[in-house]
Amino acid sequence: MIADGAEDEDKWLAASAAAFKQNAFYMQRAIDTNNLKDALKYSAQMLSELRTSKLSPQKYYDLYMRAFDELRKLEIFFMEETRRGCSVIELYELVQHAGNILPRLYLLCTAGSVYIKTKEAPAKEILKDLVEMCRGIQHPLRGLFLRSYLAQISRDKLPDIGSEYEGDADTVTDAVEFVLLNFTEMNKLWVRMQHQGPARDKERREKERGELRDLVGKNLHVLSQLEGVDLDMYRDTVLPRVLEQIVNCRDEIAQYYLVDCIIQVFPDEYHLQTLDVLLGACPQLQPSVDIMTVLSRLMERLSNYAALNAEVLPYFLQVEAFSKLNIAIGKVIEAQEDMPILSAVTLYSSLLKFTLHVHPDRLDYADQVLGSCVKQLTGKGKIDDPRATKEIVSLLSAPLEKYNDVVIALKLTNYPLVVEYLDNETKRVMASVIIRSIMKNNTLITKAEKVEALLELIKGLINDLDEPQGLEVDEDDFEEEQNSVARLIHMLYNDDSEEMFKIISILKKHFLTGGPKRMKFTIPPLVVSSLKLIRRLPVEGDNPFGKEASVTATKIFQFLNQIIEALPSVPSPDLAFRLYLQCAEAANKCDEEPIAYEFFTQAYILYEEEISDSKAQVTALQLIIGTLQRMHVFGVENRDTLTHKATGYSAKLLKKPDQCRAVYACSHLFWLEDHETIHDGERVLLCLKRALKIANSAQQMASTARGSTGSVTLFIEMLNKYLYFYEKGIPQITVESIESLIQLIKNEESVLSDPSAESFFASTLRFMESQKQKGGAISDRYEEIKV
Amino acid sequence: MQLILFLLLVSYSLKTGYCDWDLNLLIMNYLLGAFKPACNISITFTDGKNRKQVPIKKDNGQTVMNPLFQSQETISGKISIEPYQGKKVEHNGVKVELLGQIEMYFDRGNFYDFTSLVRELDVPGEIYERKTYPFEFSTVEMPHETYNGVNVRLRYVLKVTVTRGYGGSIVEYQDFVVRNYVPLPPINNSIKMEVGIEDCLHIEFEYNKSKYHLKDVILGKIYFLLVRIKIKNMDLEIRRRESTGAGANTHVETETLAKFELMDGAPVRGESIPVRVFLTPYDLTPTYKNINNKFSVKYYLNLVLVDEEDRRYFKQQEITLYRLKEETS
Repeated sequence: MIADGAEDEDKWLAASAAAFKQNAFYMQRAIDTNNLKDALKYSAQMLSELRTSKLSPQKYYDLYMRAFDELRKLEIFFMEETRRGCSVIELYELVQHAGNILPRLYLLCTAGSVYIKTKEAPAKEILKDLVEMCRGIQHPLRGLFLRSYLAQISRDKLPDIGSEYEGDADTVTDAVEFVLLNFTEMNKLWVRMQHQGPARDKERREKERGELRDLVGKNLHVLSQLEGVDLDMYRDTVLPRVLEQIVNCRDEIAQYYLVDCIIQVFPDEYHLQTLDVLLGACPQLQPSVDIMTVLSRLMERLSNYAALNAEVLPYFLQVEAFSKLNIAIGKVIEAQEDMPILSAVTLYSSLLKFTLHVHPDRLDYADQVLGSCVKQLTGKGKIDDPRATKEIVSLLSAPLEKYNDVVIALKLTNYPLVVEYLDNETKRVMASVIIRSIMKNNTLITKAEKVEALLELIKGLINDLDEPQGLEVDEDDFEEEQNSVARLIHMLYNDDSEEMFKIISILKKHFLTGGPKRMKFTIPPLVVSSLKLIRRLPVEGDNPFGKEASVTATKIFQFLNQIIEALPSVPSPDLAFRLYLQCAEAANKCDEEPIAYEFFTQAYILYEEEISDSKAQVTALQLIIGTLQRMHVFGVENRDTLTHKATGYSAKLLKKPDQCRAVYACSHLFWLEDHETIHDGERVLLCLKRALKIANSAQQMASTARGSTGSVTLFIEMLNKYLYFYEKGIPQITVESIESLIQLIKNEESVLSDPSAESFFASTLRFMESQKQKGGAISDRYEEIKV
Repeated sequence: MQLILFLLLVSYSLKTGYCDWDLNLLIMNYLLGAFKPACNISITFTDGKNRKQVPIKKDNGQTVMNPLFQSQETISGKISIEPYQGKKVEHNGVKVELLGQIEMYFDRGNFYDFTSLVRELDVPGEIYERKTYPFEFSTVEMPHETYNGVNVRLRYVLKVTVTRGYGGSIVEYQDFVVRNYVPLPPINNSIKMEVGIEDCLHIEFEYNKSKYHLKDVILGKIYFLLVRIKIKNMDLEIRRRESTGAGANTHVETETLAKFELMDGAPVRGESIPVRVFLTPYDLTPTYKNINNKFSVKYYLNLVLVDEEDRRYFKQQEITLYRLKEETS
């Protein structure tokens, strides 16, 4: 059916166009022979084709354009006729003899155009006559096109200021009145289209109306182009009249299009000065009108205006643009009861962007917007419209983008309240946005209360929210998010120790409730951050002011203890273990023996209770030994206990080679070069001997179990240890013991079978040789060794 | 000279009565060919060259130009009689008559002379060569205007008769047109009226005058008070109502002389549609009231609204037409 309709329409158009062409031809012939009477006759016949009701707007437009072109020729002919002596007044009457109204009015407009050009009568009189006479066409489509023709031919003939058709003092008023009247009538016709024809064609009609809207809007454009429409004229006449028509027509499509049209065609300066008028009309529009988009565009325009012309900013303040917009939006939302939340949020989002652009210094404005937004959201629960959610994210991102400084956003008290309305996933997204902003701009957050606020904002990342069952966050995403939180921690920094301590305390408070999955990400950076703080603390007694600092290393260590304590409860004993050792080392530097001891104790406990994997044990033990070796804070007793334990652990490792290596590593615990107190050659030797024993048994075990002797690598390693301590001058390490060890290795046939062992041994021997060549005391010692 | 000849030829056909076109031609051929009249009579008016000529539509469809007079004018001129080569005209006297005639078409061929004036031009005698007679009817009362209607015709004619005893008299006619001008009417009210069909259509219309001169323009507006029907368009018709005869024999003929579209499409309540109709293009006459008890011609404005089902709603208002003396002519 529809296809048929379109086909028919094409046929009709073709038929009309053919008839049109024929009459146009006769008209041209009449023009060529200067036959006015025939020219009028054929032009009227030609224009009669426009009387059709069968064409859609698009096809009708096709026909109209042909008419337009032909009428230009006719107009030129009319002009020539008047030059030849034909009275233009008579001509103006003559065209009105046509019996059919549509051709008559097209001809009248054409003759009117010539009439104005001859200046035999004031332009305003002729225009007024034309616009009044056009009332005869009440058919929407035909009327719209006729009036559009009138608008077109009159454009350059309006009695505007500076125009050659300028009239008396009220000339601009005349021009404006004419355009306004034509606009009003066109809009009425356009609106009327909606109510004609059967209801089932509504969709098609709306589409057709859409195609015609620019004909109506063109009038507003003409108004905006008038020289004489200055601000006063716009404010006192143009805008009120246009708005009156828009409001009164009560048509959704027209209202939406025309308000937008006003916003787009008139200068921003005018909008700024007439904001209350324009905004006052908004709540009066039909509830179904998409005011959101309209107002958003207005605000967008004003923002851009402000952005491009810094000098106009004072005007924005002067006219209280912000509060007017804010109030207007409130009213619009109030007026449109069933406005979707999306629209409301979009409005506030635009308003926020506006105020950020125009009043970047007025943070209270931004906060007000957020407050209003919260008010709208109150009682509506979480937002489930994904588009609205997106809009809120955009709303919340705006201040971050604008200021590039999260600290400013944190000053907005309503900011977290808005966040509250997001669903959990979006909260996380928002939190990531915030963190990214911080990282990108390297924003340091230096105040405890800001940190508190920030954490409140990114709660989604820090705490488990009441996640609905079955909604699992993707592991990779989660890791990503938590890593970003970890990075964030380093941006929370203050040079002042007290403030910094407050910051880390807050972090602790939040992180400890963050659930086991997060802690392994969040605790380490916090510990590191805390340790950094400790390092910055003035050495005790070194305080130049002699004042007791409220933040002491002790306090922080206690604090650290509490944090790390939380880790074993989550399945990250390994991490906790490492952190304890790190803290212990820090405590060592601070000369806090009991604290260091405590940390070690904790580490040992973890080792004993939680670290069961043999490989992990090896690694852990290496860490313990390494750390302990550097500790100088311990008294003999504590040190003994700890070293004893460490050697004990070493001997209990599962694999013999591991045992061996751990034990010879322990030897370092008894000889600290820089600390005279820890020079215990006896026990070094003891360790080495024990290690040698283990190596022996390891080799035996290997030959028994596998039928081949094990690697000599262990022995070569032992040799290296011996050489190390020998070089250090420990008396218990004798030349004999080294020589015998070398002999032992040489005797091992497997040296030759294992290329890596062979080269290891060879390089060890080369090292000894080179030490000999060095000269000095060391050289002498090496000289003693006979290989 | 040629123009006059042409007029003469035509007036020959007139004198033979009101025949069909074909027959007319036949007679003309006959007259031109076989029987040449004994003489040529020509009638010229004193100011013939300057006097305004107006077109009159003959019933053979042709339009001829005739001189224009008005009441109280003196109608004078010359009549010349020229016998054809070598012939002489014997006569019992020459006279010229000025006749005002009303002819009803249902009574075709019978003229009612409401005006009849005679001037004797010559006593009985013979005419050998061209002879010219001046004539004059001074300040002739010609109250009625020349009119060509559907059923009635009013004409003024000069009739020259060369009375002959044998062969029949030679008669020549010269039509002329009379138009009478009136001053602007002192009272000329507008026509304003509200009409409607209950709950369906209410309109108020206004025409700026009730009396229009023939080159006037009708201004007005149609105001829609209530519209519940889907109107397609609205026309203003100018209708002429010619009534002839009297009593039981009255014939009324109504013609629509103009159909002028005022509005295209369906208006809504509150719309006001302008009316501007120039009367110039239409072939109108003044309103004639009871001309010699023979006929009347009245004019009406008929406002017609047509709805989408092609139903017509109309309201007819009489207007008076009059002839206003033209400023320039």
